[in-house]
Amino acid sequence: MTSMERTDVLVIGSGFGGAVTAYHLAAGGAKVVVLERGPWLQGTDFDHDFKLGSSYTRVFDFVVGDGMSLLSGNCVGGGSVVYFAAMPRAPRFAFERHGGIGRRMWPAAITRDSLDPWYDRVCEALPVTRQTWDDVSYAGGLFGAACSHAGRTANPVPIAIDTTLCTNCNWMMAGCRFDAKRSLLLNYLPAAVAHGAEIRPLHEVQRLARNEDGGYRVHYDTIDAEDYRITTGSGTIDAAIVVLAAGAGATPTILQRSEATLGPMPHAVGRYFSGNGERLNTAVIDEDRAGELFDLSRPDGRVYAANQIGRGPAVASWDDLDGTRPEYSRFSLEQLYFPPGLGTILAQTPDPTGATWFGPKKKELLRRWPSWLTIFAMTEDDNEGVFGAPPPTGNAYRISQQMLGRGTISYRPTANTLRGWAQSDAEIKRIMEKDGLSTVMPWTNDVVGAYTVHPLASCRLGDDPATSALDDRHELRGHPGIFVTDGSAVPGALTVNPALTIAALAERAVPGIVRAARERGVPVTYGAPSPDGATSGRTATASSAALLLGETGSARPGGHVAG
Amino acid sequence: MTPEKWTVEQITTTTMEAFADTIVPGEKRSPDDLAVAGVASGGGAVASGALELLSDPASGFATALEALAGLLNDHAGRFALEHGRELDDAVPAFVALPYADRAALMLRLTAPDNGERDGWVALAMLSNMAFDTAAHLHTADAFAREHPGLSIIGYARPDTDGLWRFRDHSYGGTPAATHPDTSPSGSPA
Ligand SMILES: Cc1cc2nc3c(=O)[nH]c(=O)nc-3n(C[C@H](O)[C@H](O)[C@H](O)COP(=O)(O)OP(=O)(O)OC[C@H]3O[C@@H](n4cnc5c(N)ncnc54)[C@H](O)[C@@H]3O)c2cc1C
Repeated sequence: MTSMERTDVLVIGSGFGGAVTAYHLAAGGAKVVVLERGPWLQGTDFDHDFKLGSSYTRVFDFVVGDGMSLLSGNCVGGGSVVYFAAMPRAPRFAFERHGGIGRRMWPAAITRDSLDPWYDRVCEALPVTRQTWDDVSYAGGLFGAACSHAGRTANPVPIAIDTTLCTNCNWMMAGCRFDAKRSLLLNYLPAAVAHGAEIRPLHEVQRLARNEDGGYRVHYDTIDAEDYRITTGSGTIDAAIVVLAAGAGATPTILQRSEATLGPMPHAVGRYFSGNGERLNTAVIDEDRAGELFDLSRPDGRVYAANQIGRGPAVASWDDLDGTRPEYSRFSLEQLYFPPGLGTILAQTPDPTGATWFGPKKKELLRRWPSWLTIFAMTEDDNEGVFGAPPPTGNAYRISQQMLGRGTISYRPTANTLRGWAQSDAEIKRIMEKDGLSTVMPWTNDVVGAYTVHPLASCRLGDDPATSALDDRHELRGHPGIFVTDGSAVPGALTVNPALTIAALAERAVPGIVRAARERGVPVTYGAPSPDGATSGRTATASSAALLLGETGSARPGGHVAG
Repeated sequence: MTPEKWTVEQITTTTMEAFADTIVPGEKRSPDDLAVAGVASGGGAVASGALELLSDPASGFATALEALAGLLNDHAGRFALEHGRELDDAVPAFVALPYADRAALMLRLTAPDNGERDGWVALAMLSNMAFDTAAHLHTADAFAREHPGLSIIGYARPDTDGLWRFRDHSYGGTPAATHPDTSPSGSPA
């Protein structure tokens, strides 16, 4: 087959890893095509509507595996469209973790200190801001009060939300209709398009093959706009450089499927998956007790009953992020909102005899939904997820028209992970049940296994070829010219929300990709400012970018590094 | 009402309603309602439209319901035999089971070691979604029809333009001290 189309850089997926790289490469003058399997929605396309087929089901993907279920974005903008925009940096110790491999799992080149300037770049671009207590929702305020009452500290989390535009509607998972949430649709992606990048929605990449010239041929199917189970066509594009950014649940399946044509993959492709150690608990607040304990009330006289009000996680408690403690015993706690539908089925009633997640007692719990307060723990898991043989297309066997699929991942939590979950559950219970504030139960793992909205590490970075798929520049070992810049590159659980770290790593990966593109004859420069033109982030990363570009002599702070 | 002779469609509907009612139980729609066991007050998954949602082609189960109902009734027949239950053989076996047995069978079908669990788990999730999100209806229409699930969970209504906004949203104040190792940008230092 002869391919009709050529591009310099082909980016697969338009979430954090895809958008950041697409912008910089396009701004540097490369011809960039982004293939995205989901639809391209924005602004008023984002519905306040639970109906199947509204944006709530079109923009995300729920994949049930064996022992682990993954929730991800499925649209232009990827996870940034459905996420809650909590954007903390990972604590220092997260980069020093060993996990199961007996040595530091991050590449020597990456530490919290070396990543900080790259974090700054992303924070400038979205931007990410520090909230005050006046910004945080009732749920966040109540969680803060409970933490304090239990002898803990609590912080309003840094967010990528314009609080002046936010209506506290809590429809973030369906996409933000008010453009308050700084998704990638508002910064990197429009800037990429302005520099000539082409974004093609409803294009699902299936596999890659190598061309004689050392470049790659990318095979895709086009997908029906309404029924994602239907393929409407297929095609190929040749590219000198391929950037895989399909997310940690999808990137490994594309590479596994490509093994027949690309040759053997590094051992770590599709292994060492981490669910970021996530664990959810539902506290049902005793409204009277909450009023007595904290002297809180809303303008209408109610004490709390505010589960529906707000915008995802507003407050986190970081006392257990103590780097001096042994690995697997550190975690953060975050107040969270989950909408009905996906956030209710897994909540349990405390009933040791019968069913805990369905039935009459569960219905009693559902009656008290406005008084629910969800607590999210991010612990240190053991990278125990493994992907099985890839499905025929995409990353799962699609079941429903949109949203629901059966994946190939299997996840058997080790004793380390289970202990971390138990420890965080116990601390949540101590905080939230103190003096009768609420009753708390963790979400069940019996129904869809553990549950993550933060898939990571399925194709990870590292210095050790035996346990990492990527070198410290994000290049796939043994397959020069293929880079992975999404959550699958992150080596392990971070104990905090990962999007900012994924984006910072993608920013840091760009100079190396530019260098590889140039080596392949693509005339591309490095050094674009922030999508809105700001330059301080660029200035701060200039010297480390020059190193990654292999041009230590030519770094000119504030200016383009010559191409 | 028990029909003299059940059509396949009636068997499918009643059996799947009984399944949905096991997940989110409700009160009987009429005294001779067989599908709804009647172990909880207020509308449950069935009154909330579980069958409409399952039959919606978008759910992915519409064409499989007949086969699933058959399978569920087979399981129920075996369950009854194992537990020495006498079932009214004029009605589908799962429907004939009392609620406690339906629930026990549900736990068995969705247990992590059951090879068939995927399908039953997905049906359970959809039954729950019918109740608490009315996923077969535009949410505005669901409110207009006094959807039982949305009212029972106390989901607040939208503004007149169908969008949600909450002007009052924060207690303010300073409920807790921030962590001492917080960076100037507000992250863990
Ligand atoms: C409900 C929810 C809330 C979240 N809240 C937060 C939060 O508050 N803070 C935080 O830090 N993180 C949050 N996250 C996680 C965050 O969204 C992800 O960590 C992040 O988006 C991952 O970025 P990525 O680049 O790895 O992949 P993604 O953002 O997932 O992007 C991958 C893209 O690739 C596309 N794709 C997949 N397969 C293919 C294919 N074969 N061909 C073409 N395209 C493909 C996908 O549709 C998707 O658009 C949340 C996630 C969810 C689901």
